[in-house]
Amino acid sequence: MAGLIRAVGDFDLAEESVQDAFVAALEHWPRAGVPPNPGAWIATTARRKAIDRLRRAKNLERKADALAQLSATDSDDSAGGTHMAAGYAIEDDRLRLIFTCCHPALALDAQVALTLRMLGGLRTPEIARAFLLPEATLAQRLVRAKKKIRDAGIPYVVPPSEQLPERLDAVLHVVYLIFNEGYSATSGATIVRRELASEAIRLARVLVLLMPDEAEALGLLALLLLQDSRRDARQSASGELVLLADQDRSRWDAARIAEGLATLDRAAHLGAPGRYQLQAAIAAVHAEADAADATDWARIVLLYDRLMAVAGSPVVALNRAVAVSMASGPAQALAIVDGLATSGDLDGYYLLHSTRGELLRRLGRRAEAADEYGTAAALASNAAERQFLELRRAQLMD
Amino acid sequence: MRYALLIYVEPWETTPEQDTQVMEAYNQFGRDAMAADVMRGGEALHEAKTATSVRVRDGKVLVTDGPFAETKEEFGGFYLVEAPNLDEAIKWAAKIPGAARGTVEVRPVVDFDAAVEAGEAPAGIAAG
Repeated sequence: MAGLIRAVGDFDLAEESVQDAFVAALEHWPRAGVPPNPGAWIATTARRKAIDRLRRAKNLERKADALAQLSATDSDDSAGGTHMAAGYAIEDDRLRLIFTCCHPALALDAQVALTLRMLGGLRTPEIARAFLLPEATLAQRLVRAKKKIRDAGIPYVVPPSEQLPERLDAVLHVVYLIFNEGYSATSGATIVRRELASEAIRLARVLVLLMPDEAEALGLLALLLLQDSRRDARQSASGELVLLADQDRSRWDAARIAEGLATLDRAAHLGAPGRYQLQAAIAAVHAEADAADATDWARIVLLYDRLMAVAGSPVVALNRAVAVSMASGPAQALAIVDGLATSGDLDGYYLLHSTRGELLRRLGRRAEAADEYGTAAALASNAAERQFLELRRAQLMD
Repeated sequence: MRYALLIYVEPWETTPEQDTQVMEAYNQFGRDAMAADVMRGGEALHEAKTATSVRVRDGKVLVTDGPFAETKEEFGGFYLVEAPNLDEAIKWAAKIPGAARGTVEVRPVVDFDAAVEAGEAPAGIAAG
């Protein structure tokens, strides 16, 4: 479909034409048999259906360009291009489509929905379920986004090199959001939401395939693989959250870890590490530790220092404080966390309170720790996490 | 496509030197956009405190002092540019001096000719 969108410059027309092609296939294939290359049959038929639709359109002048372009690609095909050339053209089209779907002129939730719909393997009802939205809401979001692409003239191009780093950031951010939405889901429609994590990994693989020399695309893929390797270990049979330190490391997915480490290695050879590569490197330190107390926390603190320099934020600073507590003790970490609490940047963020609670607990200040866990539980939105925090609080009140 | 680049800035007290600098920056933008043949028009407006708002309700003309909406950043002027797509329009919007102090809103202009040819009402027109 990506190729057709480029050719006709219209998402809706391309979508309708592909649907036409599938209808034609339903009528044709049972009679004539399934063609040897069904995908190519659909693509060719969709292009012909698009030409039909364009010819039927009244304003031929306006659509003449698109028609000329389509006819040209049609005759190219009959002349017979090499498979290689065709492969490159398809990859090129997918890359353009990714950048259009993740254009910063679209709202972030629209970028996420469009990317999943146009590039992912999920259909509208599935995406709606995964985001716990009514199907009509999501469909409306997609319609609005496609309309803005058309009316505002959002181009269907790979951005020029001077804009590429910024625009690539936006694409990676969307894929990362999709992963997190699926990964952090421990309640509700768990299975569908987990599909989002797999979908994000698939998208990250596509990005790496299309932009093999972009270190951050590799960094993101490595990060997702390494995080996903712990998926089965981070939740108990009864659905409770299991902390990294308490996870049964034999349940970590060794194949995922191996692929993640290899991907991280490729990224590391491409130059200055960005935020995703550094986060992947942190995840790799955990992945390489056979037991929680074998973790190289000093190295993790070092990586967090670099992450702070590249993409510092209060949340990164909080995570760094946790690493400091493991490397140098809770007192030093508490000073950092208290500084963050005073700044007010993390007001209402439950992890600020659960972290402070944990540090206070380790320092033996149990009453204060229980208070912090209580605050954290009140702020947490995820049921499994809330349950975990309330349990911690109860243990401190004994 | 044509795009309206709408400039919103917070009014500020300027010295005569600053006035000259701002004027020169806008003139430079105008010259660049003309040279690139993207400029299709534009105007600068007096401050919002000079604005008068007009509404007709039940056939009566209601006139009030002040702009449509009281905001810190106010609509100060616009350019009309021709650009092949939104990315190009954004590039020009970013060059407007006001973008550095305030916000430039990029709005595609409705192409009535194309809509009439297509035999359809232009979709998504803001004016009602």
